[in-house]
Amino acid sequence: MAKYHITAEINGDETEYLCEPEQTLLDVLRDELNYTGTKEGCGSGDCGACTVMMNGRHVCSCLVLGAEANGAKIETVEGMADGDNLHPLQEKFIEHAALQCGICTPGILVASKALLERNPDPTETEVRYWLAGNLCRCTGYDKIIRAVMDAASEMRGN
Amino acid sequence: MSIAEADRPEGKVFKQIGKRIKRPDGVDKVTGRARYGADLNLSGMLHGATLRSPHAHAVLISIDTSKAEAMTGVKAVVTRDDFAEQPDEMAAAGELPVNYMHVVRNVMAREKVLYDGHPVAAVAATSMSIARKALKLIEVKYEVLPHVIEPDEAMKDDAPILDETLFTDGVDPKPTKPSNVSKIVKIKKGDIEAGFEQAEVIVERTYHTKPVHQGYIEPQACVASYSEDGSGELWVTTQGPFMYRSFTARLCGMDVSKLKVTPSEMGGGFGGKNNVYGEPVAMVLSRKSNRPVKMVMNRGEVFRATGPTSGGHMTVKLGATKDGRITAAKADLAFQAGAFPGAPIGPATMTAFACYDLENVLATGYDVISNRPKVAAYRAPGAQVIAFAVESAMDELAKKLEIEPIDLRMQNAAKEGTKAAYGPVFGPIGMEETLQAVKDHPNYNVPLGPNQGRGVASGFWFNIGGETSVTMNLNEDGTVALLVGNPDIGGSRASMSMMAAEELGIEAEDVRVSIADTGSLGFNFLSAGSRTTFAVGKTTINAAREVIKEMKARAAKIWDIPEDAVVWEDGHARPASTNAGDFEPLSIVEIAKKASTTGGPISGHIQTNVTGAGPSLATEAVDVEVDPETGQVKILRVTVAQDAGKAIHPSYVEGQFQGAAVQGIGWALNEEYIYDDKGRLENPNFLDYRIPVASDLPMIDTVIVEVPNPNHPYGVRGIGETSIVPVMAAVNNAIENAIGVRLSDLPMSPPKVLKAIEENS
Repeated sequence: MAKYHITAEINGDETEYLCEPEQTLLDVLRDELNYTGTKEGCGSGDCGACTVMMNGRHVCSCLVLGAEANGAKIETVEGMADGDNLHPLQEKFIEHAALQCGICTPGILVASKALLERNPDPTETEVRYWLAGNLCRCTGYDKIIRAVMDAASEMRGN
Repeated sequence: MSIAEADRPEGKVFKQIGKRIKRPDGVDKVTGRARYGADLNLSGMLHGATLRSPHAHAVLISIDTSKAEAMTGVKAVVTRDDFAEQPDEMAAAGELPVNYMHVVRNVMAREKVLYDGHPVAAVAATSMSIARKALKLIEVKYEVLPHVIEPDEAMKDDAPILDETLFTDGVDPKPTKPSNVSKIVKIKKGDIEAGFEQAEVIVERTYHTKPVHQGYIEPQACVASYSEDGSGELWVTTQGPFMYRSFTARLCGMDVSKLKVTPSEMGGGFGGKNNVYGEPVAMVLSRKSNRPVKMVMNRGEVFRATGPTSGGHMTVKLGATKDGRITAAKADLAFQAGAFPGAPIGPATMTAFACYDLENVLATGYDVISNRPKVAAYRAPGAQVIAFAVESAMDELAKKLEIEPIDLRMQNAAKEGTKAAYGPVFGPIGMEETLQAVKDHPNYNVPLGPNQGRGVASGFWFNIGGETSVTMNLNEDGTVALLVGNPDIGGSRASMSMMAAEELGIEAEDVRVSIADTGSLGFNFLSAGSRTTFAVGKTTINAAREVIKEMKARAAKIWDIPEDAVVWEDGHARPASTNAGDFEPLSIVEIAKKASTTGGPISGHIQTNVTGAGPSLATEAVDVEVDPETGQVKILRVTVAQDAGKAIHPSYVEGQFQGAAVQGIGWALNEEYIYDDKGRLENPNFLDYRIPVASDLPMIDTVIVEVPNPNHPYGVRGIGETSIVPVMAAVNNAIENAIGVRLSDLPMSPPKVLKAIEENS
């Protein structure tokens, strides 16, 4: 079976991989490159657990083919912290107990980061609608929303 | 030592309990480092895939796997022929008992397929794409049979019979005809007829609920590795590694000692990861291929073949005097069990009226099989289904009596000393306290606008203790390693470290909690039944007390004084009094450093069957706004008051209340299994099976009520389940309050609500 030879930048590292035509970016990240922080909850773009940044936009990596990422800049949850320093969203999720089982957390963190890059001062409603594509079955979202709002506030310097 | 003692001195101030510490596994879970079921890859590992029945009910005539086996890259194929028959007997297995004869048939279909998605064969191949292609080469011949989905249909005389060997249990004389009703159970107290004769007001109504799925975001996943020496290892996402060891060893014909199960982090379970599905299949594939095999379900498989909970068909009748004293309460409930017996009719009949102090009760439950996946436990199994009916009926009764619904509940509330219809006399319980907490909450007095309504409901769940084994090791530097056997569903590493630290007089961050594999500890029951913080916590406290006892002995040895002349305070051994001698206190660090010369390593190990779980009650108020044009229901406010006994880590207690409430909102408004006329599931994905999303909801307000459980050293009750129990009725009562019509079918989706509005206008 012919495989594609792809070069992409993943969390700042230039990365080469081979992928089958049917493999998704999620399959490649998890199974070929061992970036297992990105999770699969549905494989159909409905749950958001596989959310990654691709060229500055947040996407469901289960809806992107691995071959489509040629030349792309990909950021996953593994690339969020800066060395020893967690991203403020990561800190606030722990502080607010915004995760229970933690399986949706990587996708929600990446999606929230994308929100705060566009809108540093979102309202509660804006956060709720932005995250409406990221399912969480444990928390009822309350503490997630509070963590995102608090991280936004801290990042604005309050 | 006895662990039933509630021996905390009155008035002693907690130093760790009640704090909101950062959970020790937090960083791993926000950085992607934590490893879940699908995150392990082993050398030489194959990928497994499962062929599933497209029919709801059919005879499995033949399975030809020869073409798949011949395909390049396919290393093993398994079918029913690879699993030995199991005896027809019930075995304890979590909140719902299991029959291995049924478990083996659910894991791999034998004589018949019994639901859309029932496994028929499985393949292990060098890649997932090869495995998927190989499935298409397997030729299966079916003889399609008439099917039945709904429990009331399955109970009819002319219904298709799923199992010709099944005769209804609990009927005298024994029936002569096979039936889809596997069992009838009754809970009785007093004289139900006399109770209704005393009644001046009676309400009676029939209610329906649909099966709903636990909806954990992480699908079932495992890696099985069988060795040439006959031993095996299983890495798996599970609520019960020891239970999975039992199930998998039994189905694969292995001695328990030959199988080691290592639990991964678990991406949600809610009762749905108490039972095996692909795990024994992966182990047999590994045995046949001599390679590790990973099996990960896709979302469609999760919906079609795991979970869900029962749909119910229920009639509830309540009678009361005009002043609001309930004189009789009767419930008849038929629950869909899925393809094999085992709907939670036991807990449903037992909990039906457990919130109330009643003299005359009769609850009758029917366990009904039909052509749907075998039900699994879901957060307070059965209690939530019957509570939808009973708590809606309570609201209707209150309206008829012209009594405030919350006051009618208060008037009839169960309390300490109440003899429950299911048997026990309650110790201290928090029914009245949760009702009062909701009544006192500011949300309860917010004025309602047009098309808005407020509903209240209460709920009961038993909670459990169960088999528990914990080891605590004092490390050489004075820090502590705690080994527990229960997967951390949502913060239990934090609560265990806090309880250990409280006893030892050290900081929680100095206690490292690890989740054991099955080779490292004695048997531990599931992380289920709201048992973990209560039972594993209680055992952890007692393991810490063993460690303290040994540390006091070491100090006594160093000081050369009697052991009983040493006390333990704030992380130090001290002489009990000046009479005992004048010695500088020895810290836990100093004792640990000297352990090798004072007798060797210091540890505490407790294994026990924990009893004394205190029931947890909850009362909730929900405010809704109903759109009269579309029938859509918007949730405005939710107030959850639940009795935690004592909250160890309040944030994670609140989190359980909030998550449970929102699961209940999904159940009330959106979630349902929808079948086509051939019995195939039409909505096996998160787009069409819609669980609540962030934009559907407000913040969820919580009140942690604390009525201490006398059977736990700190008063802890389990809190993981009860908060889902009242929700569906609270939403229903709120809708009735808004539109003046009472609904009786879940989900209360826009078409049903709109129809109710139109019929009323």
